[in-house]
Amino acid sequence: MCLATRGVAKYFGNVNAVLTIDSAIVRAIVAHARRDHPDEACGVVAGPIGSDVPARHIPMDNAARSMTFYEFDSMEHLRVWREMDDNDEEPVVIYHSHTATEAYPSRTDISFAGEPNAHYLLVSTREPDSEEIRSFRILDGVVTEEEVNIVDATVKS
Amino acid sequence: MAIEVRVPTILRSYTGGSKIVEGAGDSLSALIDDLDAKHNGIKGRLITPEGGLHRFVNIYVNDEDVRFLGALDAKLSDGDSITILPAVAGGALGFAAAAALLGR
Repeated sequence: MCLATRGVAKYFGNVNAVLTIDSAIVRAIVAHARRDHPDEACGVVAGPIGSDVPARHIPMDNAARSMTFYEFDSMEHLRVWREMDDNDEEPVVIYHSHTATEAYPSRTDISFAGEPNAHYLLVSTREPDSEEIRSFRILDGVVTEEEVNIVDATVKS
Repeated sequence: MAIEVRVPTILRSYTGGSKIVEGAGDSLSALIDDLDAKHNGIKGRLITPEGGLHRFVNIYVNDEDVRFLGALDAKLSDGDSITILPAVAGGALGFAAAAALLGR
């Protein structure tokens, strides 16, 4: 099931169960996941602190280079997090791909989820010609799925 | 001896919301003990019951990952800056296998 819907930009802040994300960023994330397939791909979309707007796509290396596991390289992780700090940004979206299973957080994903303010976006590339894109909040081991609202920059108000 | 510690969002419940706190110690383990005395419970989020660094966090001394500096034995000096980040990891692999792969 894909919950992504098209529509005009709706930014509700952190309280509502929806991820609003630009279609160009979604395309870039899907392209990254396809490029690294069958290994898992991972990355971040940074945005201004408190805005809940994913604005700057940062593809990260999967240091594990694995079909079933991903891990940020620890030095790249530090560099990118410092850069966000300097820009008054935060990780609005943390994404990774599952390459043979559905786009739903595994027990491993849930155990490691350490950014309480982030939307955890999963892309499944198991089907060669379509992607499943789903988004979740993961807080204290509890997974809550949310709607993905994909918008075009051209129609942003 | 003052050492600046940058605390990630997920651990700020221990520091009264503070993003940067100060600590003291001549090694990482001494610093963590000092932090725990001021911010009760934070040690348990950084160190496992077996006494090793927790697999869910990365700790850096200035620009270096402490795993390359002797982990808990890493030497610290006045003016060092410590950064704590929750590891970003996961994937379809089962949890036990992932933990073993990380070797932490």
